[in-house]
Amino acid sequence: MAAGVAAWLPFARAAAIGWMPVANLPMPVAPAEKNKRQDELIVLNVSGRRFQTWRNTLDRYPDTLLGSSEKEFFYNEETKEYFFDRDPDVFRSVLNFYRTGKLHYPRYECISSYDEELAFFGIVPEIIGDCCYEEYKDRKRENAERLMDDQEDNKDAKLPNMTFRETMWRAFENPHTSTMALVFYYVTGFFIAVSVITNVVETVPCGSVPNQKEVPCGERYTVAFFCMDTACVMIFTVEYLMRLFAAPSRYRFMRSVMSIIDVVAILPYYIGLVMTDNEDVSGAFVTLRVFRVFRIFKFSRHSQGLRILGYTLKSCASELGFLLFSLTMAIIIFATVMFYAEKGSSSSKFTSIPASFWYTIVTMTTLGYGDMVPKTIAGKIFGSICSLSGVLVIALPVPVIVSNFSRIYHQNQRADKRRAQKVQKARLARIRISKTGSSSAFLHSKRNGLFNEALELTQLPYKMNLSNQGSTEDEKRLSKSTSLLESQHHHLLHCLEKTTNHEFVDEQYYQQSYLEGGLQNYPSRSPSLSSQDGVTGTCCTRRTKKHHTPLPNASAPAHMQPLTHTHTHPQGLQELSTIHIQPLSTSRSSLNMRVDEPAPLNCQSSQITTAIISIPTPPVTTPEGDAHLPAGPTHQNVVKVSAL
Amino acid sequence: SKQVLGHALWSIVEDGELSTVCYRPEGLDRLVQQTKFSKKELQVLYRGFKNECPSGVVNEETFKSIYSQFFPQGDSSMYAHFLFEAFDTQNNGSVSFEDFVISLSIILRGSITDKLNWAFNLYDINKDGCITREEMTEIMHSIYDMMGKYTYPHMKDSAPKEHVDSFFQKMDKNNDGVVTMDEFLETCQKDENIMQSMHMFDNVI
Repeated sequence: MAAGVAAWLPFARAAAIGWMPVANLPMPVAPAEKNKRQDELIVLNVSGRRFQTWRNTLDRYPDTLLGSSEKEFFYNEETKEYFFDRDPDVFRSVLNFYRTGKLHYPRYECISSYDEELAFFGIVPEIIGDCCYEEYKDRKRENAERLMDDQEDNKDAKLPNMTFRETMWRAFENPHTSTMALVFYYVTGFFIAVSVITNVVETVPCGSVPNQKEVPCGERYTVAFFCMDTACVMIFTVEYLMRLFAAPSRYRFMRSVMSIIDVVAILPYYIGLVMTDNEDVSGAFVTLRVFRVFRIFKFSRHSQGLRILGYTLKSCASELGFLLFSLTMAIIIFATVMFYAEKGSSSSKFTSIPASFWYTIVTMTTLGYGDMVPKTIAGKIFGSICSLSGVLVIALPVPVIVSNFSRIYHQNQRADKRRAQKVQKARLARIRISKTGSSSAFLHSKRNGLFNEALELTQLPYKMNLSNQGSTEDEKRLSKSTSLLESQHHHLLHCLEKTTNHEFVDEQYYQQSYLEGGLQNYPSRSPSLSSQDGVTGTCCTRRTKKHHTPLPNASAPAHMQPLTHTHTHPQGLQELSTIHIQPLSTSRSSLNMRVDEPAPLNCQSSQITTAIISIPTPPVTTPEGDAHLPAGPTHQNVVKVSAL
Repeated sequence: SKQVLGHALWSIVEDGELSTVCYRPEGLDRLVQQTKFSKKELQVLYRGFKNECPSGVVNEETFKSIYSQFFPQGDSSMYAHFLFEAFDTQNNGSVSFEDFVISLSIILRGSITDKLNWAFNLYDINKDGCITREEMTEIMHSIYDMMGKYTYPHMKDSAPKEHVDSFFQKMDKNNDGVVTMDEFLETCQKDENIMQSMHMFDNVI
C-alpha cells in the first residue's frame, strides 16, 4: 500500500459502515489492536545527526529494518533514541522513502555506498522511483564494468584442474596467460608478416640480368620464395590444427570467421601443390594466389581494433547500404544525362551509358582523373552539376555512419546493456507484484487470519502439546506475520466479502472453477470459529515481502521451496517473482508434513501448478494435525491450515 | 448560499481558470467543538489528509483514486462516487477537511441513530427521504463491482438484484416499493447483526 494512502485506511474502514445495513451475514471480528499506542515521535540518531519522525511513518514498511522490530537492536536506553552508525546523508533518502513512499537516488552519491546503505536498511533498490531510476541503473552499470575490467586482470590466475586442452585454448585466446602463449603469439605474428611481405616482394622487379627483360623477384628466386611460402603455410597449418584440437566446440570454431580466414589463407598453397604444371588451369591458379593476401586478415587476431572495425562495419550495414543505394541512383541519373548530352560531340569517350558510369563515379567522388571529359557545353554544365551533387550525396550519409560507428564502439564496450533489458523487465515485474501484492496478500492471509482468530479466541489446549520449538515462537510469528495495517486492510476486504456473500479468489482458481463448473467438493467455508470446516484457498499466492513467512506449521519451506515460480498475473503477464522464504527449520517436530494427494482440481496451467488445498479435517484437531500441502512441484505456499 | 467553513486562501489560476483552491481549515479548537474527536485524533487525521491532498481539499477524482487503492481487485469508482456525494455535504464538488472530519465523526462517534441516518443518506441518492428500488440497485451494483471478476462463487448478474430484493423484503414493511427513514431505522434496530456491525469500526481512529 502506498505510504500516504495508508493514512486513509481508517477512513476506508469507516466508510464500510455503508455496507452494514445491506449485509445479510454477520461480519468478521476486527483485528485487535493490542497495544494501541498514541502516535509518538521517535528519534533516530544517525552518526550524531538526529532525525525525528512519527512511529507510524516507519511502520508503513514493516519489512524493512526501521519498520520492523529489528530496530530495537539499535535502541539506546540511556538516551531513549535509536542510534545508527551510518552515513547521515544517505539516511535522508532512506527516511524520505518512508515519508513519501518514493525512494530517490541523489546524483552526488556514490553508487556502492548507496547500495550498501539500502541493503543495511533492508530496502530493495528496485523501488527507486522512475525519476531517479535511469540514473541509478546507469551508474550501477558503469560500476559493474569497472569491476569487470579489474577482474579481467585477475583472470590470468590459473585455475586448477584445467585439462591440457582447456589450457591450450586459453593460451590461444589470451596470449598473456603464459610465456609459451606469448611466444606462440609473436611467432605467428612474425610469420604472417613474413608471408605478406613475401607476397608483395614477389612481384617487384628485381635487378635485371643484362640483355634480359625485367623479371619479378618471384621468378628469379623461385626456390627461395617457394621455401619461404612452404614454411609459412606449415606454421599456419599447424596453428590451425592446434586451434581446432583445443576448441571447446569444434563445430562452432569451424564456423567462426577467423577460422575461415585461416583456411582461405592456406588453401591456395595446397591447391597449388596439386595443380602444378597444368597449363589449362594456370589462369585459375594465378587467381588463387590472390587469395594469399587474405593472410593479412589473420592479423585481426592480434589486433583488437581491427576486430572492432570489422564488427562495426558489419553493424553499419544498413547505413552503408543506404549510401550505396543513393550513390547508385545518382550515378545512373547522371550517366544517362551525360551520355545524351555528349552524344552529339565527335570522338566522345561517352560511348554508352555504362561507359559514362566511370566518368560519373570519378566526378562525384571528386577524383577527377581527366581521362574522360565532356566537350559539349551541355555536357560541361551537367558535369559541374554532377560534381557538386556528388559532394552532397556522399557527405550526407557519412556523418550517420560516423555517429553509428561511435555509438557501436561504445556499445561494444558496454556489452551488458543487453542484460539491463532483462533486468528492467524483472524490475517492472517486481514493482507490479508489489503493487498488486495486496490482493494476493489478502488471499494469502485470509487463511492466516482465520487461524489467528482460531488461535486467539479458542485458546486451544493442544498448544500445550507442542514440543521444543515452542508455541510462543510460533505464536509470535503468527501475530507478526502481517502488520496491523495489513490485517486491518484484510479485515476490510473480508467485510466486503461478507456483505456480498462472495469471496475474493485468485484468477487461476477462478478460471479453474469456471471450467469445472463449480466445485463439488469445495467445503463450505465458515467464518465462525466454532465450526471449523475446511479451509480452502489457492496456494499460489505471491509474497513479495520477505518477512511474510508462511505460518510455521505450514512450513512449506521445509518441503519444496523453489524460490521462484512463474505466475500468471491477472493482467496476463508472465512474471518471475523471487520469493524470499526464510527457510524454517524442519526440526519442528510438532509438524508432520505430509504431502496430500493432489486435490482433484489442479490447475492445468502450463507454468504453475496451483493446487486447491482442501483440508478435509478441521484445522483444530490433534497435535499431529497434518499440514496438507499442494503436491505440485513448483508450489509456493501456504495454505495455512491445520493445527500446530 | 454556500457556507464555507474554512478560509479559501488563494486560488491557483491556470489558463485563466480557477483550477485549485487552497483551503486552510478552521482552528483546531473549533473543530474539536464541532466533532466528537479529540485534539490528538484531529491532528492525526489532518496529517494524513494533508499528505494526500496538499491543497486542503479533495476532489472526486482523488477521492476515487485513494479509495481504489484499497480494493485492487474490483472497481470501486461507483461506490466511491456515492461516498463522495455523502461526504460532500456542502455539495460543492470537493470535500474539505471539515466535511471529511464531520462525516467521520458521525460515522465513528455518533449515536446509533446518527450512523443509521448517515447510511440512509448514503443510499438515498437523490436525497428525497426515501430509498427507491432503483437507488438501491445502483448502490448494490456499486458494492458488488468492488468484488471484481474473480470471486467464488461466480458473480452472477442477478446477484445484486437478488440482494436488493432481499433488502426490500426485510426493510419495506408496508410494501410500497420504497424504504423510508422510519422503516429503515426500525428494521435495523431490530436486527442484531446490523446493530453489532455498526459498532465495529468505532475505534478505528
